[in-house]
Amino acid sequence: MTSASISTLPRPPAQRATAEPALVRWLLTAVAIGFLALFLFLPLAAVFGQALERGLGAYVAALRDHDAWAAIRLTLITAAIVVPLNLVFGLAMAWAVAKFEFRGKSVLITLIDLPFAVSPVVSGLIYVLLFGLQGWFGPWLKAHDIQIIFAVPGIVLATLFVTCPLVARELIPLMQAQGTEEEEAAVVLGARGWQTFFRVTLPNIKWGLLYGVILCNARAMGEFGAVSVVSGHIRGLTNTMTLHVEILYNEYNFVGAFAVASLLTLLALLTLGAKSLVEWQTRRRPAESGSAAPDAAAMGPLTPVPLQPVSEKTRNEH
Amino acid sequence: MSQAARPDRRKRRILPGFGLSLGFALLYFSLIVLIPLGGLVVKSAGMTWAQFWSTVTAPRVLASYRLSFGASLIGAAINVVFGFVVAWVLVRYRFPLRRFIDALVDLPFALPTAVAGISLTSMYAGNGWIGRFLEPLGIQVAFTPLGVIVALTFIGLPFVVRTVQPVLEDLDAEIEESAASLGANRRQAFVRVILPEVWPALATGFALAFARSLGEYGSIVFIAGNMPMRTEITPLLIVIKLEQYDYAGATALAVVMLAASFILLLLINGLQRWASRRRPVCGD
Amino acid sequence: MSIEARNVTKAFGAFTALRDVSLEVRTGELVALLGPSGSGKTTLLRIIAGLEVPDRGSILFHGEDATDRRVQDRRVGFVFQHYALFRHMSVFENVAFGLRVMPRRARPTRGEIRARVRRLLSLVQLDWLADRYPSQLSGGQRQRVALARALAVEPKVLLLDEPFGALDAKVRQELRRWLRRLHGEINVTGVLVTHDQEEALEVADRVVVMNAGRIEQVGTPEEVFHHPATEFVMNFLGHVNVFHGRVEGDKAFFGALELEYPNGASTGSLAVRGFVRPHDLEIDLQPGETTLVEGQIAHVNAAGPQVKVELATVMGETIHVEITQERYRALGLTCGQRAFVRPREIKVFLGGPPA
Repeated sequence: MTSASISTLPRPPAQRATAEPALVRWLLTAVAIGFLALFLFLPLAAVFGQALERGLGAYVAALRDHDAWAAIRLTLITAAIVVPLNLVFGLAMAWAVAKFEFRGKSVLITLIDLPFAVSPVVSGLIYVLLFGLQGWFGPWLKAHDIQIIFAVPGIVLATLFVTCPLVARELIPLMQAQGTEEEEAAVVLGARGWQTFFRVTLPNIKWGLLYGVILCNARAMGEFGAVSVVSGHIRGLTNTMTLHVEILYNEYNFVGAFAVASLLTLLALLTLGAKSLVEWQTRRRPAESGSAAPDAAAMGPLTPVPLQPVSEKTRNEH
Repeated sequence: MSQAARPDRRKRRILPGFGLSLGFALLYFSLIVLIPLGGLVVKSAGMTWAQFWSTVTAPRVLASYRLSFGASLIGAAINVVFGFVVAWVLVRYRFPLRRFIDALVDLPFALPTAVAGISLTSMYAGNGWIGRFLEPLGIQVAFTPLGVIVALTFIGLPFVVRTVQPVLEDLDAEIEESAASLGANRRQAFVRVILPEVWPALATGFALAFARSLGEYGSIVFIAGNMPMRTEITPLLIVIKLEQYDYAGATALAVVMLAASFILLLLINGLQRWASRRRPVCGD
Repeated sequence: MSIEARNVTKAFGAFTALRDVSLEVRTGELVALLGPSGSGKTTLLRIIAGLEVPDRGSILFHGEDATDRRVQDRRVGFVFQHYALFRHMSVFENVAFGLRVMPRRARPTRGEIRARVRRLLSLVQLDWLADRYPSQLSGGQRQRVALARALAVEPKVLLLDEPFGALDAKVRQELRRWLRRLHGEINVTGVLVTHDQEEALEVADRVVVMNAGRIEQVGTPEEVFHHPATEFVMNFLGHVNVFHGRVEGDKAFFGALELEYPNGASTGSLAVRGFVRPHDLEIDLQPGETTLVEGQIAHVNAAGPQVKVELATVMGETIHVEITQERYRALGLTCGQRAFVRPREIKVFLGGPPA
């Protein structure tokens, strides 16, 4: 159906010699779409199908549940703390890495990906080891009646860990592609540090920044493994949306579980939509001004594939 | 004389904020990531070697390694094949809804893993959308190692597509044309010209999908059924040990996983360097 | 305001961009830094601007040491090679930027800013483009916006990095003349970097020829063109023919040709090289007393103000000669013909043929 009118790219006639026969094109497209249908579209549809299995009434009722609301509130609070912090971190990291040369820079860029490489369970565990009752600071925290693990601070910390590279990763390639010429121009014209940042750098990266924030937000709201380890699963208190989904599911309350899950799925779809929108925005206005800066090309995919290793910047004349 | 008075000249930076931005970024990253991870390693050092070794080589743990590694390898391999086809089709062909489908490829990364987990489980359970067709054939997916592979295929899907896609996009049409003009048929052109260009990206995508799968937790715990010795993944064992207040055991397993992640991170980094050396970035 | 660089040295890692360079630019002058890429000219310009910090040496503005003065406080106008226009700002906002970021005390009022930007835009003949964005402008227009932006803060020093490098030949010609005029109108000391010798010779009051991080020669365009101080300068400023000869006492010998060589070596015989520009060579059909070499006409290009003739010598070398159209017609040259080459002027430098 969708593959009804497959055609090759509009390329110069010479390309004809290097195109596959129509049958091969059809076959490949069918395989690709079949694979994606099985592994993407069906799971996506299943979420909504299951959520609405007992009708709209049951769906709405499940979302109105008191504990569901508590979970949604906690998730929103967590994101509201995590996203701004990681935004500031991302800006600082990207500014240092993209605008300056220093020793150990490539090591740092590799290390940024560490939170993605580590299992989410391990990410949660390390905070339990630090702040849990048996942990290093456990006795001291207990003596001062501060609870981090099995409480909101632990959830925030684990989420910070898991999502901390996202904004930085989005900004680094973008800012590297833009180079430093515009900032130098601003500085020569007498602009001070913050003036340069707010008037020149920030407007140039605003779309990438927005996208990084949206992505960070989505991951912060959707984190499961790390949060699961530190939360303690106390209903109405330390349950985030994903944890609430788990509890409901394990209680065989499938409509309830999928109803909350459908909200998270909508969030994911919104994130994908925002990504496409931002890409469209940066492509619509090709920045072919003085300094050649392919913003659109520098926009990484949503999935965190590694950043390009930093190449020695072409400085001046050599 | 005056030179001696300004010893730190080389250190002076023209653009502002280097010290502030790098200082803050390093402090933050250390507090949130490096120190807690370091704490894990230090904590594990508190165990004796014998304790550590017996924990990380217990039969139940070994079984979990086998499942985690095996399923991750198979999932990543499936993704290399189909991810390449998907990337090829998305880059080379035009068909309705292509942009929409392209955008949706990132779904496994954007979708919370728990949601993916319950959704896949409901699909492949005996009465699920797909399970009901497989059940009569005697194929059980949910609550078997097969289910773990399905979940990891879902999780790893975008990695191969997203690493191969830009390489295919950048592939110079002239290379293929010259291959054709030199008399190569389509299959020869593919094997001798296109594949060598894409190979490093495929390897990187494989390693990324594998690394991500190895640590994956949320999407698997629902579909795996979590039967000891059969369908327990290593991250789940860490959680189980924690719930039993076996902190030392959890730490030991976490150190093994951390070491694996670290090795994979370095491997991916190396692959990436290799790939970018193969694809010289044009300067001006 | 005068600019002085004193013993400036700068290295980037293992690459030494500048080696102990000293230079003085007088108030109101327009000086061109000319050299091939990698000669250090852009580095010197950026050090003057404060965009690069020298490893050793100092920069003086108006006799005052400005080496440690921050770039923001130097009040120089800098035109970047790729213009570095702020791509998210209109032309008007680009030009107004330097005024808007001034400290509040010094900042002109909104009305003053508007008036000054308008004035500058009309100076660069772009007032009709004030609301456009950089991406909507042509290369030449961007270049002029960059210049207007640099001039907005009324700098005493204007620095231009390859200002016409990215433009096509015709626009380049126009802008060159226009810059020359503009420099006459506004009172500013200018330094421009270029690798195009024609550009340097046409625009600048004085030319600084640079090579491998050193200054080869400083002089007026005439001086560096007609009296090159080194082989490098001779080679870099236009085509040149090289002849090998010897010096004995105060005489130089090139084949049968004998020349006075007043400051020659006192003892023995030394290898020398003679450099002659194509237009300093003359073609005769008969050998004469001052004939340097004989050859066969290999190629003639008469399309142009001068006729370009290539001769092949018996040694297999090619000699480039430029003669006037009149002379060409008078001689009636055809390919394959034998002819004799006579230098009007020859520049002699010590040293044998390269090994």
